[in-house]
Amino acid sequence: MRTFGYDHVHGVPDALRAGTDPGAHYFAGGTVLLDLMKLDVMQPGALVNIGDLRGQLGAVALDGDGLHLGALARMAEVADHPAVAQHYPVLAQALHSAASPQLRNMASLAGTVLQRTRCSYFRDTSWDACNKRSPGSGCAAIGGVNRHLAVLGVSDHCIAHYPGDFATALVALGTTVDLQGEDGTRSLPLEELHRLPGDTPHVETTLRPGELITAFHVPAAPWMRRSLYLKVRDRESYAFALASAAVALDLQAGTVRGARIGLGGVAAKPWRSHAAEAALVGRRFDEAAAEAAAAEAFRNAVVHEETGFKPELGRRTLVRALLDAAALEV
Amino acid sequence: MDIVLTINGREHRLGVDVRTTLLDVLRERLGLTGSKKGCDQGQCGACTVLMDGQRVLGCFTLAAAAQGAAITTIEGLAGDGAPLHPMQQAFLDHDAYQCGYCTPGQIMSAIACVTEGHARTEDEIREFMSGNLCRCAAYPKIVAAVAQAKLAMGHA
Repeated sequence: MRTFGYDHVHGVPDALRAGTDPGAHYFAGGTVLLDLMKLDVMQPGALVNIGDLRGQLGAVALDGDGLHLGALARMAEVADHPAVAQHYPVLAQALHSAASPQLRNMASLAGTVLQRTRCSYFRDTSWDACNKRSPGSGCAAIGGVNRHLAVLGVSDHCIAHYPGDFATALVALGTTVDLQGEDGTRSLPLEELHRLPGDTPHVETTLRPGELITAFHVPAAPWMRRSLYLKVRDRESYAFALASAAVALDLQAGTVRGARIGLGGVAAKPWRSHAAEAALVGRRFDEAAAEAAAAEAFRNAVVHEETGFKPELGRRTLVRALLDAAALEV
Repeated sequence: MDIVLTINGREHRLGVDVRTTLLDVLRERLGLTGSKKGCDQGQCGACTVLMDGQRVLGCFTLAAAAQGAAITTIEGLAGDGAPLHPMQQAFLDHDAYQCGYCTPGQIMSAIACVTEGHARTEDEIREFMSGNLCRCAAYPKIVAAVAQAKLAMGHA
């Protein structure tokens, strides 16, 4: 690992000051950063340890406006929070299905949302070609081993997948993210936090230099109790998704009044499928409706050498998630 | 940089390179070689220790960031001449290992699995112990050991 400066800050203003230094990275759980620093994929000039801000930025609260999650709450505590499990089961399930108990005890919510792709060519610096790691160098994954990579939102420059579960569920529910920078605060839909690769896959988010994620807000909707996260992977536990679906259904007398659909393991960023949602809303819910929605979700899928199976796996995963959600007694 | 770590109830003051992980401090500086370095990439769980009672990975914890926490390693579970922790005894009773390399991490993780309340059924034990790999595949005996120890630890 290359050496780095280290700054342990105790308040948000100090964090923002240190975080705007070129090369500085915020550091909380460290499970993404230390991993990629050991691999020499990331070379931060300085780590700004914001762990002590948990007291200010780590609360979990439910009120009439919805669920408010502090950015530094840890995955494990939110996964086990009774209000989350009761009102937003899809969020608790996505968290429980992610990583391992040890990693969930360490990782912050903002850190897991910002986790990097698991594309092998991004993680292995012995490969020269990776537009995400080394802009303009090409993409070794196209034409390479790419079974686990994305089919939605990809470009000719990058087919890396977004690997996370929690952000997939958050983005499906229409979550807003709060950001704080030296120039002030702003909020934006979580859907606008991550960027598609296009011809700049190394620019992964719309965060401004030094900006800090402070909170996530999930809208209030009692019907989101009818929600779940279904994750399909090569082994039963402690593995990334080959395909996953985060779904919430507002079912009234058998008709879909509202739907929220997120797709994981198959897309370049945390993916909300508005097309699939639109295909369901207003329709009587049955298996044919679920299949029509799944067809819409993957209509624009782009497959490569080893990803031909993913649209079909993704469709089946979504159909099963929707059928299971419709059958829930809430 | 100068740091202070509280490990198994004892304070240690030492100077470290900023890159040093908690795992490397334990093994290379303090002679606490019970915590094992398996992958050093957060994937195997062999370096699991408790920080303020919660299981974490020593290889993904910067020593500098571990200051202020009460750290417990496998060496801190039972004093010299004292009885073994119920989880250690259960691993012995069930022969829940072959080569033994992953065992300290398994035991530390298993204790937390029980105290978290995630050991209510065998399926739950398997799910919540999935962060600890055993290449010898002693898994059935590990599950049996956790199930025995949770009763001795006063959990249902």
